[in-house]
Amino acid sequence: MSSSPAILPAKGPADRLTALFWRHPRVLLAILLTPPLLWLGVVYLGSLAALLLQSFYSIDEFSGVVKEEFTLKTYAELLRPSNFDILLRTVLMAAAVTLACAALAFPIAYYAARYAKGHWKAAFYLGVMLPLWSSYLVKVYAWKLILAKEGIIGWAAEQTHTSWIIDGLLSIPGMEGSSLSTSPLGTFMVFVYIWLPYMILPMQASLERVPNSMLEASADLGASRGQTFRTVILPLALPGVIAGSIFTFSLTLGDYIIPQIIGNSANFIGMAVYQLQGTAGNIPLAAAFAVVPILIMLIYLAIARRMGAFDAL
Amino acid sequence: MLSDRSPLSLRAAAIGGLLFLHLPILLIFLYAFTTEERSFQFPPPGLTTQWFGVAWNDRPDIWPPLWLSLKVATIATAIALVLGTLVAAAMTRTAFFGRDQISLLILLPIALPGVITGMALRSAFGVMDIPFSVWTIVLGHATFCIVIVYNNAVARLRRLSGGIMEASADLGANAFQTFRHVLLPNMGSALLAGGMLAFALSFDEVIVTIFTAGSGTESKTLPIWMLDELIRPRQRPVTNVVAIVVFAATLLPILAAYYLTRGGSETAGMGK
Repeated sequence: MSSSPAILPAKGPADRLTALFWRHPRVLLAILLTPPLLWLGVVYLGSLAALLLQSFYSIDEFSGVVKEEFTLKTYAELLRPSNFDILLRTVLMAAAVTLACAALAFPIAYYAARYAKGHWKAAFYLGVMLPLWSSYLVKVYAWKLILAKEGIIGWAAEQTHTSWIIDGLLSIPGMEGSSLSTSPLGTFMVFVYIWLPYMILPMQASLERVPNSMLEASADLGASRGQTFRTVILPLALPGVIAGSIFTFSLTLGDYIIPQIIGNSANFIGMAVYQLQGTAGNIPLAAAFAVVPILIMLIYLAIARRMGAFDAL
Repeated sequence: MLSDRSPLSLRAAAIGGLLFLHLPILLIFLYAFTTEERSFQFPPPGLTTQWFGVAWNDRPDIWPPLWLSLKVATIATAIALVLGTLVAAAMTRTAFFGRDQISLLILLPIALPGVITGMALRSAFGVMDIPFSVWTIVLGHATFCIVIVYNNAVARLRRLSGGIMEASADLGANAFQTFRHVLLPNMGSALLAGGMLAFALSFDEVIVTIFTAGSGTESKTLPIWMLDELIRPRQRPVTNVVAIVVFAATLLPILAAYYLTRGGSETAGMGK
């Protein structure tokens, strides 16, 4: 029996490289990480830096040319009543959408987490996943069909002689419109519909981790259904609700397609950014508007982190 | 022992919620067959299949956006597959300085609202005087597709036992042979699923695209075409026909991705 070395000798460059990776794992790590980090670092972080830079420039009011020198003038413009209204309206809408999504998502998430078994569980999962992933524009378009004056809601109301409910809703101050599709109420409904799945999934994930024994213990101690919900389920599900609210809040904050297609064309942050960079050509102010959601989300994320929402993601 | 049967009201609310999520999409199908092309009258006054023929034959403006969207989605998916797999490989089983920061960096393009990613890219193109082209669209799409591939790849890698890589090395395979014969076959379906989801996401993306596409007709993707039709409608049922195509083009990859990663710890969709 001839003695052969325990470690096979290197035969080619591939083997020599393998030996190098074995001895210096950091070399392999560096090779793996360099391309993606270059991409994300240069393309993405570079772009965010450019955005921040532009927001400190200003536009010359007479020539309309961007002046490339540092100023806080553009940020001061955000506080003008017309611009501040846009910020306020967007944040209020995002908060209302988040609350409505949480209320609608809870029964679905709770049923799927606690009662659905086997095929039903898969059906519920797919039932939430498919609307989440299916085409955003197609979903918005579907609501244009539904909310139009001559559309299915108007028809159903007429058939059941309940048109007065819709007319009543549309005459509430601030909700005016010739139909739901031109009323802020319509914008709100579509936002809720589009972002609802983003609330259900993290909520379901956190509800699945509520042990049944706790619910039994609560019942044994004489709690009613309502008490169990308030004192056991809700606190344990809260991280999931907050995780979901990160999505619904952030997505509503930045959206500019939905208010453009459905609603009374009142301005939202996203629309202001879109219009300012496009037709108005005021890139510094557009950039300053875009920085606001980043700041709001950073604060929101810091609070969410403190409440343990990241464990539920 | 708590009852395993749900209260009726809860079941009704849950099923009602699911219906709320699905019924609106069905209306898109119905309206593709209506004879009324100027309004969204319900119920449709009559049904016809002529709009499918019209979309196919008489609307040449549909085809270039369709090809562009397919092209952009294919290139963006290819880039995301390579970059996403590389990060996933680096992030499993190795602890290193800055690991948390990198995972945040990967997540950021999808965690921040699309309008910010779009506006940021647009400012960067402006600052660097880069003209809009197909490649500026691809640049944006690939950036937010990386996280989708990464999520799928990292979930599969976590599940894969480290033993098989060591076994492969013990049997004399070098790193590249291990990658080719052990790692790739085991990750294949997860990468395919990630790629399909990335493709669906890119094919459908409109919020970032508008900022990175420029205004020329040659850089109009299918979602931008659809948005134009929503704002200035003509032949509304034709828009519905295209909407059905877009819906199918995103639905089929999602279903495929679900079946490819079913049973594992991967959750194909949680990345979006």
